[in-house]
Amino acid sequence: MTTPNPLTNTISGNRGLQIEEPLIFEMDAPGRSGVDLPAVPQHKERLGGLKRKSEVGLPGLGESQVVRHYTKLSQKNYAIDMSVYPLGSCTMKHNPRLNEKIARLNGIADLHPMQPVSTVQGALEVIDTLAHWLKTLTGMPAVAMSPAAGAHGELCGMLTIRAAHLAKGNARKRILVPESAHGTNPATAASIGYEVDPVPADDRGRVDLAAFKAKLGPDVAGTMITNPNTCGLFENDIIDIADAVHGAGGYFYCDGANFNAIVGRVRPGDLGVDAMHINLHKTFSTPHGGGGPGAGPVVLSEALAPYAPLPYVTHGKNGFDLVEQDDSGKAFGRLKGFHGQMGMFTRALSYILSHGADGLRQVSGDAVLNANYLQASLRGDLSAAFPGTCMHEALFNDDFLEGTNVTTLDFAKAMIDEGYHPMTMYFPLVVHGALLMEPTETESKTDLDRYIEVVQGLARRAKGGDATYFQGAPYHTPRRRLDETLAARQPILRWKPEQAKKAAE
Amino acid sequence: MRYLPLTEADRQAMLAKIGAPSVESLYADVPNGALQKAPIAGLSNHMAEMEVERFIGAMARKNIGTNEAPSFLGAGAYRHHVPASVDHLIQRGEFLTSYTPYQPEVAQGTLQYLFEFQTQVALLTGMDVANASMYDGATSTTEAVAMANRVTRRKKAILSGGLHPHYREVVETHGRHTGFETVSAPLDATGKEDLAKLLGPDASCVVVQNPSFFGHVHDLKALADAVHAAGALLIVVVTEIVSLGLITPPGEMGADIVTAEGQSIGNPLGFGGPYVGLFAAREKFLRQMPGRLVGQTADVDGRRGWVLTLSTREQHIRREKATSNICTNSGLCALAFTIHMSLLGESGLNHLARLNHANASVLADRLAGLPGVKLINDSFFNEFTLQLPKPAIGVVEELAKRRILGGVPVARLVKDKAAENLLLVAATELTTEAEMDALESGLKEVLK
Repeated sequence: MTTPNPLTNTISGNRGLQIEEPLIFEMDAPGRSGVDLPAVPQHKERLGGLKRKSEVGLPGLGESQVVRHYTKLSQKNYAIDMSVYPLGSCTMKHNPRLNEKIARLNGIADLHPMQPVSTVQGALEVIDTLAHWLKTLTGMPAVAMSPAAGAHGELCGMLTIRAAHLAKGNARKRILVPESAHGTNPATAASIGYEVDPVPADDRGRVDLAAFKAKLGPDVAGTMITNPNTCGLFENDIIDIADAVHGAGGYFYCDGANFNAIVGRVRPGDLGVDAMHINLHKTFSTPHGGGGPGAGPVVLSEALAPYAPLPYVTHGKNGFDLVEQDDSGKAFGRLKGFHGQMGMFTRALSYILSHGADGLRQVSGDAVLNANYLQASLRGDLSAAFPGTCMHEALFNDDFLEGTNVTTLDFAKAMIDEGYHPMTMYFPLVVHGALLMEPTETESKTDLDRYIEVVQGLARRAKGGDATYFQGAPYHTPRRRLDETLAARQPILRWKPEQAKKAAE
Repeated sequence: MRYLPLTEADRQAMLAKIGAPSVESLYADVPNGALQKAPIAGLSNHMAEMEVERFIGAMARKNIGTNEAPSFLGAGAYRHHVPASVDHLIQRGEFLTSYTPYQPEVAQGTLQYLFEFQTQVALLTGMDVANASMYDGATSTTEAVAMANRVTRRKKAILSGGLHPHYREVVETHGRHTGFETVSAPLDATGKEDLAKLLGPDASCVVVQNPSFFGHVHDLKALADAVHAAGALLIVVVTEIVSLGLITPPGEMGADIVTAEGQSIGNPLGFGGPYVGLFAAREKFLRQMPGRLVGQTADVDGRRGWVLTLSTREQHIRREKATSNICTNSGLCALAFTIHMSLLGESGLNHLARLNHANASVLADRLAGLPGVKLINDSFFNEFTLQLPKPAIGVVEELAKRRILGGVPVARLVKDKAAENLLLVAATELTTEAEMDALESGLKEVLK
């Protein structure tokens, strides 16, 4: 506990613009509503005798109260709209508001997914046009558009691989996954029954090619490799890896989370990739929205394309067609309701057209330049995990904190007080106390310089013996460090009416 | 380019600091020949805002939207009115442009609304706990089946013939590839199926939709008893969440897990996505639930706060041993749901639900009076099934030519001869009398 300063305590508990806000359920006045609706017409009730007898238990509030409540909640969040959001592997770039406007156009936002195909030709054209650019940018012949997020795309890609093996009579057993992979990779492979066989990294932060080859065999269904990898490095043996896995009869799944580093410059199809998901909410800037929604279309090689899931758009006699039922018997099935994350498709298409051929190349170039500028500027004060230049993110280990009694977590929490969202911490797992910074291309040099100064200053402060300061951080946030153990030991996952009664007593 | 703030002078200064001659030199690890020198084939250079608006706007104008034509489509996606303040609030940058709340001290806003969302979902469904959302109703249902398999250590799911065909296909797809069996009951247009007779000692769960795909409202208590007697779990699917403002919630009828599509509250039709999957369960299954959970806790000063919790179930900790591979969910759609539901409140939700039911009931009476048209349902909420005298797909095409979006032909979703003449028709609070007139006279003409 910090000692409260009686001189600066307030009556309300508010601290200027940091305003305490109860749960919506604690603001109730029964009978009130923030929505006016027309009168209910005379009708015959046909609820099968199952009319609800119990109250739902929702509070009643007017519109002004609801608007204030959620406005105040929003003010407790950090956001890319405020400043640098250097979360490595998450590609927190500026979200253009044009894309929001486009997604809300009449004729897009108000389309029902089951309208006759003749009435949604323009919507199918949006999907088809985006699909075209995704295929062009990756150098791949096909794309499955329906996956709802990156992990869902992984599932799609791996099911396509499994279906292709099954068509040859044997799904095979093992998937080779580097130790530096995102947690979703092993989770996905395991969820469809594959044994996950981890591949170590070499001392350059890349897949250990010799170890990889030694693990190959006729029971290997394929490999899942992130490229550029989670250490922020391009896998320079990538073509040898692809050849080796193909030689063993397996397929190469590429985790495309880091596509932003190479968009417009390197086509995964040229590297021997068979399937790769593209996080539209990373490279193509559809907003992260506090954890979704995302979209994870999966580009596919010629060998895997026939097994792609339903539905998909084709060019028919009378314009675009939507194939929703499988006649070939090859499609591995269906992954979600309806046709995919249309709202994300329109935003991503708007992003691609806005940037164009020149802009997209500049995106990857500036993203890599910004990351290398961070790495070069911070090298003296932090400890880079690997020598040499990086791709779109700069990875440091915690050697620079050795003997300071400051952990990576403490360091990250101190960044919060300086007005920055921390970098990704303790990931990838192959680097001790990892700090992974991804600035993206939408940061100006001025903003990066300010960020660099702060990180340098904190590193010097840590080395100067100010461990207590770091261990207590953050001090200036709506809430200070939160007790995660307590939350897990006695889970309270919802508000309950009894709490209100208790509070009233 | 308006989104890229570096100037050429910046780039030169930064390269000098790095000690690299050019940006291209930073790509030295890319294998020879794989680095593209040529511009992206066929893509024009960057476009101004107005040019992008013109380009995609032209595509939008080729469609007939539900805002400009009488629309009676449902089948798991419903056209409802979203209050203006919802779309305003979800576009606040602090919500729109923030990441998953992994740093709780700077994400209390997201965490608190997710806690409110979890509470609302639990209250609506009559369940103990709910998670912080899934991709959509169909994926949520699949996760529920996987959870039932974990809980019961059995591997056979029984799927109702009244389950949305997409939901059924998604569950069957997962079953085929992840190693569990699915038994799908025949299409149940009349709502008279007996699922209890399909139960055996090896079933992990029964999945039933209420109101069903065809609109029937079922009392599930007897089924729940039979399912529990067989040692299985009852999963109840709700594709129209507004119905729970007027219908007995699954939690009061013995459901163990409730999955739902939350689109109807706060989210536009948007041609099918992004939507928001709801997932609620009994407290005793808490640690087997998939997806993110927000929990209450305290900070070091003892003040109430919120964190992501029980993450030892999740992929970023458990990797190949996780309960699910889900990572990104539907945060912003869940926010839209939460705000809309908060605006409605108890009385607003009830009013909204009554209005939906009333409009559907009035419409059903009018359409059932047409020659050759038969109303299949005795009970329904805001959607019912009509038996037409000819194939529904052709009828809907003919109606579309008259700029009427007349409903969803069942045959669009399932290949089944028995479904050929069946049409699903939905009404909501937005359905006007003039629109009902248009459908009634349009249908009369087309069926002549």
